[in-house]
Amino acid sequence: MSQIHTLTMPKWGLSMTEGRVDAWLVEEGAQINKGDEVLDVETDKISSSVEAPFSGVLRRQIAKPDETLPVGALLAVVVEGEASDADIDQVVQRFQAEFIPGGDGEQDSGPTPQKIDLDGRTLRYFELGQGGTPLVLVHGFGGDLNNWLFNHPSLAAKRRVIALDLPGHGESGKTLQRGDLDELSQTVLALLDHLDIERVHLAGHSMGGAVALNLARLAPSRVHSLSLLASAGLGRDINADYLLGFVEAGNRNALKPQLVQLFSDPGLVTRQMLEDMLKFKRLEGVDSALRQLAQMICENGQQRHDLRAVVEQHPSLLLWGAEDAIIPATHVDGLPAQVKVLPGQGHMLQMEAAEEVNQCLLAFLQSVEQSGR
Amino acid sequence: MSTHLSTEQLLHAYQVMRTIRAFEERLHVEFATGEIPGFVHLYAGEEASAAGVMAHLRDSDCIASNHRGHGHCIAKGVDVYGMMAEIYGKKTGVCGGKGGSMHIADLEKGMLGANGIVGAGAPLVAGAALAAKLKGTDDVAVVFFGDGGSNEGAVFEAMNLASIMNLPCIFVAENNGYAEATASNWSVACDHIADRAAGFGMPGVTIDGYDFFAVYEAAGAAIARARSGQGPSLVEVKLTRYYGHFEGDAQTYRAPDEVKNLRETRDCLMQFRERTLRAGLLSAEQLDQIDGQVEDLIEDSVRRAKSDPKPEAADLLSDVYVSYP
Amino acid sequence: MARKITYQQAINEALAQEMRRDTSVFIIGEDVAGGAGAPGAEDAWGGVLGVTKGLYPQFPGRVLDAPLSEIGYVGAAVGAATQGLRPVCELMFVDFAGCCLDQILNQAAKFRYMFGGKAVTPLVMRTMVGAGLRAAAQHSQMLTSLWTHIPGLKVVCPSSPYDAKGLLIQAIRDNDPVIFCEHKLLYSMQGEVPEELYTVPFGEANYLRDGDDITLVTYGRMVHLAMDAAASLARQGIDCEVLDLRTTSPLDEDSILESVEKTGRLVVIDEANPRCSMATDISALVAQKAFAALKGPIEMVTAPHTPVPFSDALEDLYIPTAAKIEAAVHKVMAGRNAA
Repeated sequence: MSQIHTLTMPKWGLSMTEGRVDAWLVEEGAQINKGDEVLDVETDKISSSVEAPFSGVLRRQIAKPDETLPVGALLAVVVEGEASDADIDQVVQRFQAEFIPGGDGEQDSGPTPQKIDLDGRTLRYFELGQGGTPLVLVHGFGGDLNNWLFNHPSLAAKRRVIALDLPGHGESGKTLQRGDLDELSQTVLALLDHLDIERVHLAGHSMGGAVALNLARLAPSRVHSLSLLASAGLGRDINADYLLGFVEAGNRNALKPQLVQLFSDPGLVTRQMLEDMLKFKRLEGVDSALRQLAQMICENGQQRHDLRAVVEQHPSLLLWGAEDAIIPATHVDGLPAQVKVLPGQGHMLQMEAAEEVNQCLLAFLQSVEQSGR
Repeated sequence: MSTHLSTEQLLHAYQVMRTIRAFEERLHVEFATGEIPGFVHLYAGEEASAAGVMAHLRDSDCIASNHRGHGHCIAKGVDVYGMMAEIYGKKTGVCGGKGGSMHIADLEKGMLGANGIVGAGAPLVAGAALAAKLKGTDDVAVVFFGDGGSNEGAVFEAMNLASIMNLPCIFVAENNGYAEATASNWSVACDHIADRAAGFGMPGVTIDGYDFFAVYEAAGAAIARARSGQGPSLVEVKLTRYYGHFEGDAQTYRAPDEVKNLRETRDCLMQFRERTLRAGLLSAEQLDQIDGQVEDLIEDSVRRAKSDPKPEAADLLSDVYVSYP
Repeated sequence: MARKITYQQAINEALAQEMRRDTSVFIIGEDVAGGAGAPGAEDAWGGVLGVTKGLYPQFPGRVLDAPLSEIGYVGAAVGAATQGLRPVCELMFVDFAGCCLDQILNQAAKFRYMFGGKAVTPLVMRTMVGAGLRAAAQHSQMLTSLWTHIPGLKVVCPSSPYDAKGLLIQAIRDNDPVIFCEHKLLYSMQGEVPEELYTVPFGEANYLRDGDDITLVTYGRMVHLAMDAAASLARQGIDCEVLDLRTTSPLDEDSILESVEKTGRLVVIDEANPRCSMATDISALVAQKAFAALKGPIEMVTAPHTPVPFSDALEDLYIPTAAKIEAAVHKVMAGRNAA
């Protein structure tokens, strides 16, 4: 039995409409397995690898390096079993004849983020998937729900997964009331109340990790497990210069050296990423929100919040990049949790090592649910 | 004669006129030495106009002047020494030596600038009057232009705008008979510049500009009208300038003895002195004392201005923008 | 996904939000409400193309119809700006600058310097620019370089709805006089625009496309033609960097030079006439400061040295096209393999 698969340009995040083929990572004729990285694609937001959703032989590279193609366009043909070149030609021809660029984008009636009013403040969240105990994704300082763009769909394959923009971030309201950790954690709780969700798995990145830990402290019964990625709240050390530099940066050239510290591959910090970050920083209210939160996180060069004691109260997963330049991976030491430190990775591990992070998270969630806790 | 002006107000009016006269006559002398850069247009002879109008204004009222602006600046309260230093092109000048005679301004005193472009001040004061109206204050704005300026489209457009928007704006046409070397009785199509007010739906009057009291009364009526929300007016003040269009102008276009006769028979300072003394409103001692104080002020201003430093190279590049990345 | 609105709506929203935030902001211009004194509807037009539509009822007394009297109302806006207000005056078409140039050139632009740094004139003059509406020689010019030439003025040419809103808010808050050039063919362009207030700073060019082979520098509507050309050239293996100046004064010299230092090649695209234009200015800048980096001649794609013609047959020839940009790039790239 043979099957001819078409590998197409993925849609990463909410706004991607096209991608540029950077390089093929697999030669024509080579065997690939499901999950293998097949080619690198660069979008206006970020570069990443396209993973094979199926196994087989890469029979045809359709997209050429440097070519920019719309989401959904044909990238390659992968064949499981046998197929003639003529069969493949026929599949390619049919695909190209029927493909309408943008058909999957603008007119797409698929899931879109929601905006709600919570206590007079707009909150944006984005739900994908259904079933299971819901997972809530909490981004870090200066981030937004798009920080999870490479994780959200995979994690939501068999589960309801909700990412949100914290107050002061993304498209949520920018005004903070007290600007403390409780305010952020209570906002997440308020979202759960709004969605009528009793208990969740929480995943938090960086400051979002501290928000998750603090939520677990405030409302332990609402938390099934904690997945903490490069999390704040687990030690004193933090790159305070980064926080300050990020807050102060008002243009591309000032921002770049800050963002570069987040990634293990500095080439990921494109001008478009800088421009997008500046677009966020220019919004009315963002500057003062970031200043408030930076002070909340850090005092005299050290983190204010020590939430290490919360970890043992819940099944916990700690994921860290060994080369994290913002919060050191040594913070995992001595904590009663499942720990994975990814060699060579930086602070934004969920974006740079998306596949590995996704596998760890899925395995962890499965183990937690199977253990019945 | 009778007047409702207090002794203090009368003395102030005299001091303003005397200061302008002394300032301009001294510049006439100093300019001839070659020490003053550029060119200057002297206001001597027209003092009653500036003093009579400005007697009704406060710092928050705004005026715009023209190339012949020293008198308006002094009457509006701009610092005399700072003006002198500016005219000498010194760093200590009111504009740091970047404006000169034709661009003396002091926004804190409500002086929106002398102006090198004839008629240009009219739309600007319409805007200042609009600002007062939008802000809900009872401030007024006054523009001074000459018979030459009265032919500029900018003045017509500003008068129309001020009228339809009912702005607290006063248009003062100082008709000294000449636009540079061209006579106003040739260049102005109507008998009186004030006649043009009718075309813009506002009152217009023509008054004797040698007579401080006449200017004071007419300007007072126009300004009170504007302040109380009744809209703009045009006041034509007929007067003469004692010197040429600019210093160095031989004035060959004027009749022989024209200025001499006017000076001897109509001079505003002479008339003011005679009339206030005759009516017993002021004493000769009071006026002489002002003359002496003014002489000292001008002498001191010139002395300091001459010895003050010039702007430095770095000043060339500053003050173009409030901020420029 | 962020909300999408048009360039025209973005301008309207910026005005409304700033007027709500700051009561010193007001609008004055011909037909900015429309129908003043006429027996029909108030706010009948909201600007000749409807850009200010709906503001008059929201801000009564602060959206002022002016008579057809550019010297009068532009001058009044300048005067009001010196008195602590923030006027946004609309010069319907930039071509009408001939009527009121003195108020900008000799008054607003000069006050600060002439008055020794003491004057602050936070004026915004919004004005429609550009060809393409078959509006002929007196309603279609760019004149960007005319304004840019004048010290004391800032000159803004937004190319997208996002930039239009952020740059206009910056212009209103800016304490210097700003000429805000709205390209009439961009009014209907859709784009993502945050609902919140935000400012886009002046003097920071926007890299719309990163590339290694050649730098395309442009502004305003030409940005989109340059992007079209770059997309086509990418398919031919030529990797263009596209730089949108956003503001021509201040000019982001650093970004222009940084890009040319990298690519070694430059094409400047300017919808304006060629002599003494942004195209020649930027070419001179690069020739002077990045000569050593150049691997080929600098090319300029501009309108010809003629007035804007009326007939569509001629106007289409007048306006630079993506094809002309491509041709210019090929000309510069011609020596690539030899070099």
